[in-house]
Amino acid sequence: MVQRIYIPSDTTAKALGADRIAKLIDIMANDQNIELDIKRNGTRALYWLEPLIEVDTAQGRFGFGPVKEADLESLFAAKFWQGDVEHPLALGLVDDIAYLKHQQRLTFARIGEIDPLSLSDYQKLNGFNGLKKALTMDSQALVDQVKESGLRGRGGAAFPTGIKWQTVLNAPSEQKYIVCNADEGDSGTFADRLVMECDPFMLIEGMIIAGLAVGATQGYIYLRSEYPLAYKTLNQAIGLAYGNNLLGRDIQGSGKHFDLEVRLGAGAYICGEETSLLESLEGKRGLVRAKPPLPAIVGLFGQPTVVNNVLSLAAVPFILDQGAKAYADCGMGRSRGTLPFQLAGNVKRGGLVELAFGPKLSELMFDFGGGTRNGRPLRAVQVGGPLGAYLPESQWDTQLDYEEFAKEGAVLGHGGVVMFDDTVDMSEQARFSMEFCVAESCGKCTPCRIGSTRGVEVIDRIRAGVNVNSNIELLEDLCETMVDGSLCAMGGMTPFPVQSAMKHFRDDFMKSTVSATNTEEV
Amino acid sequence: MTTPRFVTWEPSIGQAIIEEFKAKPGALLPLLHAIQDRFSYIPEDAVALIAGALKLSRAEVHGVISFYHHFRTKQPGRHVVEVCRAEACQAVGARHLEAYAKSILDVQYHQTTADNNITLEPVYCLGNCSCGPSVRVGDEIYAEVDTQRFDELIESLKTERLEVQ
Repeated sequence: MVQRIYIPSDTTAKALGADRIAKLIDIMANDQNIELDIKRNGTRALYWLEPLIEVDTAQGRFGFGPVKEADLESLFAAKFWQGDVEHPLALGLVDDIAYLKHQQRLTFARIGEIDPLSLSDYQKLNGFNGLKKALTMDSQALVDQVKESGLRGRGGAAFPTGIKWQTVLNAPSEQKYIVCNADEGDSGTFADRLVMECDPFMLIEGMIIAGLAVGATQGYIYLRSEYPLAYKTLNQAIGLAYGNNLLGRDIQGSGKHFDLEVRLGAGAYICGEETSLLESLEGKRGLVRAKPPLPAIVGLFGQPTVVNNVLSLAAVPFILDQGAKAYADCGMGRSRGTLPFQLAGNVKRGGLVELAFGPKLSELMFDFGGGTRNGRPLRAVQVGGPLGAYLPESQWDTQLDYEEFAKEGAVLGHGGVVMFDDTVDMSEQARFSMEFCVAESCGKCTPCRIGSTRGVEVIDRIRAGVNVNSNIELLEDLCETMVDGSLCAMGGMTPFPVQSAMKHFRDDFMKSTVSATNTEEV
Repeated sequence: MTTPRFVTWEPSIGQAIIEEFKAKPGALLPLLHAIQDRFSYIPEDAVALIAGALKLSRAEVHGVISFYHHFRTKQPGRHVVEVCRAEACQAVGARHLEAYAKSILDVQYHQTTADNNITLEPVYCLGNCSCGPSVRVGDEIYAEVDTQRFDELIESLKTERLEVQ
């Protein structure tokens, strides 16, 4: 009997050697006359277990991981392809692994389970059910569904998606656009990448539905160039969708039309800001535009445009298929549905954790993450990317909710959680935040362009012990100027990690041996 | 690992690429990518051709090229090695790796080794944030790169037989 096994194929699994493992298993199976059908799935995003090999059985899928080259001989000796066998790497049924079992995977229900480029796999697990319904509904009914779901922009700004769609629907124009922001530049985030590499049809489906809802016939996915595999997978998926009448003219005989193209960014973090992204798509320098006008009114090529994050669009098929209420039933307060959190940095069990809003940050970091990778005490956590605040232990019990985080002066952003152990020097981290802004500022407004450079200089003086107290005062003043005076979130939020580091980890700025009361002119 | 096939700049090849892309809405970025993918960089001569085809000034094209970190106007070494210096990798030793990479290759960022084999570049996040430090070479990403793994990687780039076009 041919036994089917699954070997993951996303960027991280490959980076950990999954391709080589797949090749070696194939060779060994041939040598031993064992008939294996090796299928490449995406990944479950339980990254400490990658490469995670799964074996299909009548009881479900049995997992083994993390599988290294040196483990293959013993795995074959244990006849791992039978599934329920004894082996040090045996994990039992994959669905029963606590990390996975305790999640609420709505958007990520399929990842790791399916072959990312198999339309039939996708359809077997509710794929295109949302689109089928959408094709029978009028535009306003579609927008209403998204409004009722309570979905808010998952890129970080958390603006209600349905309101944005309504604005575009109401804007009169011959040509409107759906633009997917796939410029996932925040360190510690990879949920967009997972969608695109492991379940690309879900994003395509979400974009078609968005097009139907607002009356747009052209979509663009603006993808960062740092994601070569996502680029390849998306293009293959779009080709398959065209080949099966899911994109292009007269989709599934409905008379509806939607075209979709992937465009590559070119290594500019600022292009994740929606107006900068639009400039870039138009073939220009990614300079931020002043708002208003909103992109929903004057967007790409001057036309009404929906700009949504990958995760916002990826949530839409579920909402249409299962109903707005099913989505809105999850969550707390004004944060409805789920957020895919990403555990990264110095973490023992890194990966994707999709949860309804509400649990505490500490539950995420310890119950799921298991603390630090190297076992040292956790000291600081940066949530929400390079523009997010660093949280000290006193804030770890904050509930995962947009408003609760805002109360703490922090952001959930795109859901990235980067953990640091007690060896971290927070003045060095603060310096990096400013340095990053120097490298990535678009240069349009002065507080961001010049403020960041001055920020690096001032922090360098503090770290060198020069006039520490007065320079800290100066840095605080500079941060306020940047927050209040910058045109967009780049300059406006770069101070968040700096201010939080100064507030909660002040000792790290006072370490220098030079006198802190030096009165020399600053 | 595959080595990208680059060719030496030739106006006729450049012109053919320009013809393929110039009618696209917002053609400049896709066009610059296609040029760099083919020639490994964007030659000065290409800038003039692109400007002409898209009815832009050379300064405007240059402005776009210089805005984006990905585009380069000088030919890189045979391999471009990008080291992630973003926070998630910092939390697991990226600063040490950066310093090590610069010292053993004897270059700073944006520079190429004396044997023209490796150009070292910084990168801000490769989306491999649970398993850093991360390094990219061509289209391959490497996870959990400590100094030993970095040495092995560099060694494999030295010994790899290059595809010849």
